[in-house]
Amino acid sequence: MNAAHKPRPKYYEFNLAHHWPPAVVSIFHRISGALLFLLLPVLLWVLQRSLASEAEFGRVHAWIGHPLVKLAAIAVAWACAHHFVAGVRYLILDTHIGMGRESARRSAIAVFVIEAILVLAFAAWIW
Amino acid sequence: MTIVARHYTKDPVGSHSGLGNWLMQRATAVVMALYTLGALACLAMQRPDSYAAWKALFAGGFARISTFIFFAALAWHAWIGMRDIFIDYVQVYGVRLMLQAAVTVVLAGYVVWAAAVLWGLQP
Repeated sequence: MNAAHKPRPKYYEFNLAHHWPPAVVSIFHRISGALLFLLLPVLLWVLQRSLASEAEFGRVHAWIGHPLVKLAAIAVAWACAHHFVAGVRYLILDTHIGMGRESARRSAIAVFVIEAILVLAFAAWIW
Repeated sequence: MTIVARHYTKDPVGSHSGLGNWLMQRATAVVMALYTLGALACLAMQRPDSYAAWKALFAGGFARISTFIFFAALAWHAWIGMRDIFIDYVQVYGVRLMLQAAVTVVLAGYVVWAAAVLWGLQP
């Protein structure tokens, strides 16, 4: 059996607390990206309705005032914030800045801190 | 004489030729990040609180074109991201190819939809 046919090692650990922070940033980057892809038609539809007419704008305005819609909006804001902040971190890593083990760990924690501030600010603004 | 074509053809769904996609994912990310910062600054300054103000935000040619470029970059970026996800988790090539084709069609549709919304071709 040559190296190409060796079965890939599999390691499943679903408890995110057991991973080091950059791995958690990574999987959330993927989850938030997939979520935003799936939500794209909803966001486009809301933009379309809000621009359609005065009455439609009012309907969207009333609709986004509903508490459940606000909660959903906060979830979307989290996906946007995480994808944005983690994405900027990856762009910086691409320039070979912060590649060390300790600095990578610290920047991953910084991603979570910044996104938490952004999401809390958004929640405070809409509520 | 039998020619077995699959020995000579390029694999249509593998993870090969990733560098171009990797680079475009970064380029489109930068475009979207710049648009997002600009759009947030615009919203913070204009504070649209009525239909007229909201519609006026998207009335200018620059706003329409930059928003359209944002959606085009988003579609390209999402296409690469979904492709990466399929390469990682969908090991059956036929299924992966169908999913990638479906995502391509859907995203192309979203870009046209965004153009229709921005240039007011809606009912």
